Amino acid sequence: MANKNGADRVDVRKTYKQYVGGEFVRSESGRAYRPDGMVNVPRGSRKDLRDAVRAARTAFAGWSGRTAMNRGQILYRAAEMLDARRAEFEELLGGGRKARAELDETVEVLVWYAGWTDKLAQVTGTVNPVSGPYFNFTIPEPTGIVGIVASDDPALAGLVRRLAPALCGGNVVVALAPEHRPLPALTLAEVLATSDFPSGVVNVLSGQRKELLPWLASHMDVNAIDVSGCTPDEVALVEAAAADNVKRVVKLPAGERSPHLVTAFMEMKTIWHPIGV
Amino acid sequence: MAITKRQAADLAKQTFDYAPAPEAIDHVRIQPRYGLFIGGKMVEPHSKKRFPTINPATEQKLSEVAEADAIDVGKAVSAAGTAFTSWSRMAPSRRARYLFRISRLIQERARELAVVETMDGGKPIKESRDVDIPLSAAHFFYYAGWADKLEWAFPNRRPRPLGVAGQVIPWNFPLLMLAWKIAPALAAGNTVVLKPAETTPLSALLFAEICQQAELPAGVVNIITGAGKTGSLLVSHPGVKKVAFTGSTEVGKLIQRSLAGSGKRLTLELGGKAANIVFEDAPLDQAVEGIVNGIYFNQGHVCCAGSRLLVQESIAKPLLEKLKQRLSTLRLGDPLDKNTDIGAINSKAQLEKIQALVESGIEEGAEIYQPECKLPERGYWFPPTIFTNVSQSYRIAREEIFGPVLSVLTFRTPAEAVEKANNTPYGLSAGVWTDKGSRILWMAERMRAGVVWANTFNRFDPTSPFGGYKESGYGREGGVHGLLPYLELV
Repeated sequence: MANKNGADRVDVRKTYKQYVGGEFVRSESGRAYRPDGMVNVPRGSRKDLRDAVRAARTAFAGWSGRTAMNRGQILYRAAEMLDARRAEFEELLGGGRKARAELDETVEVLVWYAGWTDKLAQVTGTVNPVSGPYFNFTIPEPTGIVGIVASDDPALAGLVRRLAPALCGGNVVVALAPEHRPLPALTLAEVLATSDFPSGVVNVLSGQRKELLPWLASHMDVNAIDVSGCTPDEVALVEAAAADNVKRVVKLPAGERSPHLVTAFMEMKTIWHPIGV
Repeated sequence: MAITKRQAADLAKQTFDYAPAPEAIDHVRIQPRYGLFIGGKMVEPHSKKRFPTINPATEQKLSEVAEADAIDVGKAVSAAGTAFTSWSRMAPSRRARYLFRISRLIQERARELAVVETMDGGKPIKESRDVDIPLSAAHFFYYAGWADKLEWAFPNRRPRPLGVAGQVIPWNFPLLMLAWKIAPALAAGNTVVLKPAETTPLSALLFAEICQQAELPAGVVNIITGAGKTGSLLVSHPGVKKVAFTGSTEVGKLIQRSLAGSGKRLTLELGGKAANIVFEDAPLDQAVEGIVNGIYFNQGHVCCAGSRLLVQESIAKPLLEKLKQRLSTLRLGDPLDKNTDIGAINSKAQLEKIQALVESGIEEGAEIYQPECKLPERGYWFPPTIFTNVSQSYRIAREEIFGPVLSVLTFRTPAEAVEKANNTPYGLSAGVWTDKGSRILWMAERMRAGVVWANTFNRFDPTSPFGGYKESGYGREGGVHGLLPYLELV
């Protein structure tokens, strides 16, 4: 007997959207593209990118002002939310052992950096024994807005390997989803949206790299850009455009997992004060 | 009674002159012409070209130095490349010994270096003697100790040197900037080609002699002289793996752009427009000293100079009165005189830049104050200057003047102070003056700047990391953080 909701069921399909300022939005340009020939994905525009940067800037003070412990808990919650949706992500990543391994790594990366938030200043900061009656110390602080250009392969882990350390340090992010495999990144945005990140802390855009990258690289209010997902030609383009506002271009190896990757998105601030009565 | 009154009136009219107290220069021998220091030897430049370096206080020629061309740059990079093979593999404790030697030699030749620095650059001898040279020696001593302890600095990593470092430094602290560049590079196992600024090449050429005295292996340090062209040839040379530049934001951007896609590592220490913020509860006399030190130290030729004074409205009037009075006691003149506070402007070009910006301040409507101050007839001079009635949009409040010119703005609340202080593309340094501890930390947290001086200003130390946020550059010099730009962490 055929169930009313069985084989004949008409799926309620998901409309894939960009994630900007805490909202799921289509491109303001109204355009879409079909990377796999089937699913419509927003083709983000320069205006979308600028909106994302503005949302990120608005969110920066709040996120960087959170306690390190709180940021750690939110990153950990992102790991929880991702783990809870394994089945969906496994399918998006093509299924099988490779997909499961990538998912395992992605969850582990989030948990690992969640544990770094409140240890970073202790490991990378210093108290400096200057020659004089001064108390002098150096602490890491987030650089601000980080642009992330994620690689197509691995489509999920490639993004999270850079997203997690950038957020760990208290930065806000504008990420370009992999152009040819954007669905895992856009679905990750749904995970992040339910992890207590304040609106605008993470923004995920989809679309054509050659259309969006020059604007991300040259935007005067973006402080750093990670190019782990870029081709050598794209790296050259980003580095030239980044000079406009002396952007930090982070080029550490794709597999890097260390506190040095977190501080690559950070500034060291040194504070002096005299000692006396 | 009447007599006392008259005496008081006489005293008020009386002026006290300082007797001249010139530093002796007879112990210093500046050669009439210099070559390039390549592969451990002073060599003739292939270019055959030389240009004069002058004393900006007298406009007299001190010497002629070489202008390195592409072939000279190539030779220097190649000498450094050859030296890298053995220097990077040398037992780190041996590398340390050479750096310790260099530090000691700088101390031994401190007076000579101070005099040369002052003659070539125009800075007061008391600054080169008490700040530049001792800090340079200290910097080498500090990094000497790191050479054989790198694995303790970066746990779980194997730190490796990068190769040949191409380094370009400015004219405001010639030997100190050389030390900031060369000491960490060598401690990490790199070799260097360094280009000093074209107006202040002499202390670097004396440093070349020090390398010879230290018997530093040939090619580990190479010094080439020249102007912007030479610097650009150096940073773009394919044999250079790491570029370190200190100078203007304008040139820093050009370098960053020109290195795009080259795979070279880059650190930049660029311009600044620091806010020095004084709250109403600050100890005023100390704050006045801090403001003076912040902007008139080294004629304001300081990238981290406190060039924007933000003063809380309630104390603006008394603070400015004290400041103006203090300004009238500053002594401007012969940099070699031990009593001089303000020396000569480093070059004619810089003087013209300062004059143009000051002109713009007057045109835009700011009110200028300069104490009565007789400028010497020869040389390049600019009197200490204060601008009040300055709006944030004026060029003198936005652009780096790199001269003894202070722009004064006011604020009412701490939040307004933060807003104004951070309202700049730069982010090198900031100052805050207040008696309240919690406010210092609150302010320090919010200043988007790499160095925050609280109740002090313009302090430097080899253990203390220095460098900028935003368009003031990236990378740190000093401290354990200063090693990172010269290492690959495998």
